[in-house]
Amino acid sequence: MSIEISETLTFECETGNYHTFCPISCVAWLYQKIEDSFFLVVGTKTCGYFLQNALGVMIFAEPRYAMAELEEGDISAQLNDYQELKRLCVQVKEARNPSVIIWIGTCTTEIVKMDLEGMAPKLETDIGIPIVVARANGLDYAFTQGEDTVLAAMAHRCPDQELLLGKEQKIEDKLIKNEFFISSKSDTSNKIPLVLFGSLPSTVASQLGSELKRQSINVSGWLPAQRYTDLPVLGNGVYVCGVNPFLSRTATTLMRRRKCKLIGAPFPIGPDGTRAWIEKICLVFGVRAQGLEEREQQVWGNLKNYIDLVRNKSVFFMGDNLLEISLARFLIRCGMIVYEIGIPYMDKRYQAAELEFLRTTCKKMRVPMPRIVEKPDNYSQIQRIRELQPDLAITGMAHANPLEARGISTKWSVEFTFAQIHGFVNAKDILELVTRPLRRNNSLENSNWTDLVRTK
Amino acid sequence: MKLAYWMYAGPAHIGTLRVASSFKNVHAIMHAPLGDDYFNVMRSMLGRERDFTPVTASIVDRHVLARGSQEKVVGNIVHRDKQERPDLIVLTPTCTSSILQEDLQNFVDRASAVSDSDVILADVNHYRVNELQAADRTLEQVVRHYLDKARRMENLNLSLTDKPSVNIIGIFTLGFHNQHDCRELKRLLQDLGIGINEVIPEGGFVEDLYQLPKAWFNLVPYRETGLMTAIYLEKEFGMPYISRTPMGVLDIANCIRQIQKHINTWAPCLLDEGVNYETYIDDQTRFVSQAAWFSRSIDCQNLTGKKAVVFGDATHAASITKILACEMGIRVSCAGTYCKHDEEWFKERVRNFCDEILVTDDHTEVGDVIARVEPSAIFGTQMERHIGKRLDIPCGVISSPVHIQNFPLGYRPFLGYEGTNQIADLVYNSFTLGMEDHLLEIFGGHDTKEVITKSLSTDMGLTWDYESQSELNKIPGFVRGRVKRNTEKFARQNGITRITAEVMYAAKEALNA
Repeated sequence: MSIEISETLTFECETGNYHTFCPISCVAWLYQKIEDSFFLVVGTKTCGYFLQNALGVMIFAEPRYAMAELEEGDISAQLNDYQELKRLCVQVKEARNPSVIIWIGTCTTEIVKMDLEGMAPKLETDIGIPIVVARANGLDYAFTQGEDTVLAAMAHRCPDQELLLGKEQKIEDKLIKNEFFISSKSDTSNKIPLVLFGSLPSTVASQLGSELKRQSINVSGWLPAQRYTDLPVLGNGVYVCGVNPFLSRTATTLMRRRKCKLIGAPFPIGPDGTRAWIEKICLVFGVRAQGLEEREQQVWGNLKNYIDLVRNKSVFFMGDNLLEISLARFLIRCGMIVYEIGIPYMDKRYQAAELEFLRTTCKKMRVPMPRIVEKPDNYSQIQRIRELQPDLAITGMAHANPLEARGISTKWSVEFTFAQIHGFVNAKDILELVTRPLRRNNSLENSNWTDLVRTK
Repeated sequence: MKLAYWMYAGPAHIGTLRVASSFKNVHAIMHAPLGDDYFNVMRSMLGRERDFTPVTASIVDRHVLARGSQEKVVGNIVHRDKQERPDLIVLTPTCTSSILQEDLQNFVDRASAVSDSDVILADVNHYRVNELQAADRTLEQVVRHYLDKARRMENLNLSLTDKPSVNIIGIFTLGFHNQHDCRELKRLLQDLGIGINEVIPEGGFVEDLYQLPKAWFNLVPYRETGLMTAIYLEKEFGMPYISRTPMGVLDIANCIRQIQKHINTWAPCLLDEGVNYETYIDDQTRFVSQAAWFSRSIDCQNLTGKKAVVFGDATHAASITKILACEMGIRVSCAGTYCKHDEEWFKERVRNFCDEILVTDDHTEVGDVIARVEPSAIFGTQMERHIGKRLDIPCGVISSPVHIQNFPLGYRPFLGYEGTNQIADLVYNSFTLGMEDHLLEIFGGHDTKEVITKSLSTDMGLTWDYESQSELNKIPGFVRGRVKRNTEKFARQNGITRITAEVMYAAKEALNA
């Protein structure tokens, strides 16, 4: 079989009629990550309904988030926004006493032009709790980009290196405090601080931290940290590196507003991605990376059984969470054929290294470059899926059951957002997810009822 | 503004979408920002639908804010018309679009001029009605639209069917056990020799709606959805309707007698004689349904006087309250609903069957009542199930909002005679089994877990000595919390700080006195 291999990636853009989660869903994982926070979503019943259904059982566990539900009086400006928000925030303060309240602006606050950014500083001094404003609305963003807006807003709250200058000791304290493994100062080779950004479960964060530690690189802080009060020190000369592909606003804010230096690297998803990510950081810090190739090979070795299952199988990403490029790159390296990478939004600068890595991976594996479809149209995508009959469609929950009923195996894309997929250790989890429908197919091999829709 | 963590009824557009997507070949287009199409996920996941949900969004984004969405909405309607050829397209406003105050009716007019499908704008106000009210209204709107159209086309069919027949109004997608209820109702009506004229909206075609007036009467099993349509049909075509929910043996009999009455207004002239269902009711109640027998059996005797709290939508909460109180001898300490718009009716219905009535849509209020009453079992929604988990009180789910486990694959109607059996099982299994209960009391329980301090207990300043601790451990788990609280209450009232076994006994005595 001869495959014509094009040298460049092609980008397309469709209508944007696709299904994804509302970006306010980021409160689900961020409130758990930032332990002393409280998220107040300023929106309507529609937002509340989405959150309570999408987050399921979490709702019942007294979560540290709530809706500030707008009523008719708020919309028609019969009520004073400031007074109303103050009343609710005082209630929150009394009940939970958080270290920070994060206001999530929604479509409604955008349309009625509620000045959240203007009110926050005033209320902050009034009630004595920091208030961070993030506009994570469906007018502008999709799903995981919600986290991006929150982290970008939080970047402004990180302590400033300049202000701490002259209190050298204090910085040192801060640096040491934020390390994941207690170490003596002598074996830290980098004097330049490195801050990683992106919310990860603390175990995954410490796994990545220790991978870097093996290369004698210390992570001086994370945005976000486990607690709001532990936000990392930023400033001129601080190097920053993203761990997730959807953090372009945060990256921009860190560079432009906080004068940090961005390390553009592929993302640590899959053993190939993790190795490339570490190597890039090592390169920037002038450290010779050690033992990475062996480490990567060893991980691939452990994944052999999974890879046997996925090799030469085809996959179609409908696109809804911006992890698509990195996942596709990893799956191509695993021997899969990717037909299409749907993605809500493509920041070619922030993802430059990842895109280049995707291109070289395609060449290396001798597979055609997949088409990248920005703002996809789900209706046309389903027509294409029908034509192409991929072995696996990675898709949202709205389409999963209908596709399964038509004999197309699916994997819910949302699971990739909530599963642990970063670093060498978690590569197995990605393949565990990807192969689940394939393994299911194998175990149901003897049942021939795969097409379960009545033809009209 | 209101601080809210959870809500019982969803926003208005969900109701509209549920009705629209229940009809066959009807497409709904939401005027909404990205991410508001979560309804598709719910229908696909909870309802385990095999087909793509016929709902798409006409996305409201920054460009729309700047330029208006006319072009886009009209374009999307026309596209959908070409792609799917639906009979009807329902343009559905959301909370976002109602603030934008664009002239959606104008878009609809323009789109319907160029598309083959009918196009209507769902007429619901987001800030005034909830999911259930919106569903009720949308169903009426669609029915009215098609009957008006039929009248204009002069193909309205007003002659009654030869045999008695009925329209079942209000069975729809994501409804609590609606599919099973519908099957059970059809069986019941078939037994009575009544034909089904139409079931709407689930599985119905809008093009068939002109035939609605052929039925002899309408049946509205759930008052939340369908009443408006039934009232409209009564006003417009003089069709009588029955809104008594056939849940529980008493109300099934009630409902059947009403059916009999309506049939007998026409029967003498259209059939040769009237109908009499009394023997059918008697036979079904005594021998087909097990519920009447169950309430006489000694199992049910053990439930006598046990306390329960009921909460749910108006239909289910009222019916279950009546069943518990009148058919099983259980004491309903509190009956409540979140259907605030139907408060009058609900109060009227449950007044004589419970100690206390609660009408609220705040789940914390419900939780407080349950904690105060300490019932032996709760019958409520998923939220009450979780409250029950926290307080260690069993809960049977009897109403929306629900989770995926409330969309069982097996046959589980709540209505009709099979429904009475299902409800009896649900109630009985929710209470701790009678004999087990006795044995636990006699032998002091089989779990010797440490006393779990409940968050509701305020034991500040009180100490339990070793003896009273171990005495407390002997008390069966499910009443332990109550005994503990009662003892502490007694101790505080009497200025006792150290609780001994004697104090416990004294507390028990004081309580029994």
